[in-house]
Formats: sequence, structure tokens, C-alpha cells
Amino acid sequence: MIKARITVTLKNGVLDPQGKAIEHALSGLGFGGVGAVRQGKVFDVELAEGDRAKAEADLKAMCDKLLANTVIENYSVTLI
Amino acid sequence: MKSAVVLLPGLNRDRDMIAALTKISGTPPVTVWQTDTEIPDVDLIAIPGGFSFGDYLRCGAIAARMPVMRAVAEQAARGVTVIGVCNGFQILVEAGLLPGALMRNTSLKFVCRQVKLQVANANTMFTRRYQPGQIIRTPVAHHDGNYFADADTLARLEGEGQVVFRYAEGTNPNGSINDIAGIINEKGNVLGLMPHPENLIEAAHGGNDGRALFESALGIAA
Repeated sequence: MIKARITVTLKNGVLDPQGKAIEHALSGLGFGGVGAVRQGKVFDVELAEGDRAKAEADLKAMCDKLLANTVIENYSVTLI
Repeated sequence: MKSAVVLLPGLNRDRDMIAALTKISGTPPVTVWQTDTEIPDVDLIAIPGGFSFGDYLRCGAIAARMPVMRAVAEQAARGVTVIGVCNGFQILVEAGLLPGALMRNTSLKFVCRQVKLQVANANTMFTRRYQPGQIIRTPVAHHDGNYFADADTLARLEGEGQVVFRYAEGTNPNGSINDIAGIINEKGNVLGLMPHPENLIEAAHGGNDGRALFESALGIAA
């Protein structure tokens, strides 16, 4: 079995109002010097596949087809 | 005129859409379920608003990948008229039938109020019963209506007259780029918009500003 972690983040230039709200909340808690905060998503996926190259290709296809909206988001796949 | 309404778990404006289409076209629409792979021959397919699949992952993302949406895409490619309202708009962009994306409102708040819309292009099959530049009222109710497209896509939309409705008179409720409230595809037969024209079609609604949109799309004379 292969385990993987997929990280989906907003592309540069795409406004992230949730990240902005978190940024302000951190400042409000007294954390000085917090720069920009961008919010993303993490997916931990378990695959029955044993072949790591095949698993990576499948995971990328999953990102392109569903897990990320590539109009606004980037993704990265890490096999654990 | 025959119409169809797409049903998906979590939609909640389907009854409003069915009522509006029944009143305006004189015939109740057929309904198609998420697992249906074929849509009967109709003149108009409507995807109503709501919260399909609980807005899990991204609004409209899961619905866009259900079998019925492949059928909608096939019908759209054949030239059948398609309207997506609110969650229906989100589903159409997630399905790739319309460009861009709908993101969280910049206020981070769910907005439920009446806004003003300017008919930015009255020369479409959805707006021919409106005057160019006409200002109409419609309700909005959404959390993720903030339209975004990259600079090239946006230039193309604006250049080709694909921006059909814009929030007017400072009523943009969601931070949408260029005040965009509704767009059509390149071919002009698929419309997505965040406001709810189906909720303003008769006097009992407090106005009928949305009625001409359906009359235009259904080719019904005034």
C-alpha cells in the first residue's frame, strides 16, 4: 500500500479572503510580524497500488480531475 | 416549450425553478436525476441553486462530476440552451462548461438580499427581451459568488460580450471581478448567473424583473 499527501494551494494573484481573515486574527492575538497567510487544503490518500510511479501518475490525475480546480489552485503530490 | 430541471442531492431551489418554468412556459419541466445518463429532448435545461453535496470540496465540484452533467455537456454541445443559477452556475464552471471560478465572497459572509443588475449584453438568447443597459432587480443568496478568471480569460469574456449581467449601482455583494454576475459560453447557449431570476417572475414575488430572462431563453413572445 502506498500513502500519499496532496497539498492544494491557491495560485499567486488569486485573492484569498479566508487567508486574510486568519492573518488579521493572528495579529489580533499579538503575533507581530505575520506576513501574508494563504489557506489551502491537505488530502491524505491511501492507494492499493504498489508501483510508486503508477501511484504518482494516478494521484496527479485525481488532482486534475477533482481534487484541485486548476483555474485557481496549484497542487503538489508527495508519496510518504 | 419543453424544459428539464436537473436534480442533485442538496439542491434546494429546485421547486422554485420548476414553479417558474411551469408558470412561464405553461408546461411543467421534466426532472432528471444525478445518475441519469440521458436527458429527454427539451428546449431548455436548468440547473437550480442550493448546496449540492453539501458544498464539500468546492461548491459544485462533486455535482459537476456526476453522470447527469456529462449528459448536460452533450446537450449543450448540440446547442440546447442551458441555464445554471447560483449553485447551478458553480456547477457549470466546475464542469468546464463556463470559464473561470466562483470563490468565497470577499466579505466571508453569506449574502441574502436584493441587488441590482445591469444587462451588459442584451443581444443574447437569454437577454433579448431586455433593453441594453437596463437595470433590473434580483435576489441573491450565496456564500461563494465571487467570480474570478485570469487576465486573458477576462479580456476574452469582456471582448466577446460574454459578460451578460453585472452588479449595478454599487450592489456587488461578493467582490466579483468587474462586477460580473452572469456569463455565457463562447457559443452563447450556456448561461450561468449567481442571482435568482426565478424568484422574481410575478407580482406575488414583488416584481417580475426575472421573467424576461426565461421568456428570452424559451423564445416566448411578450
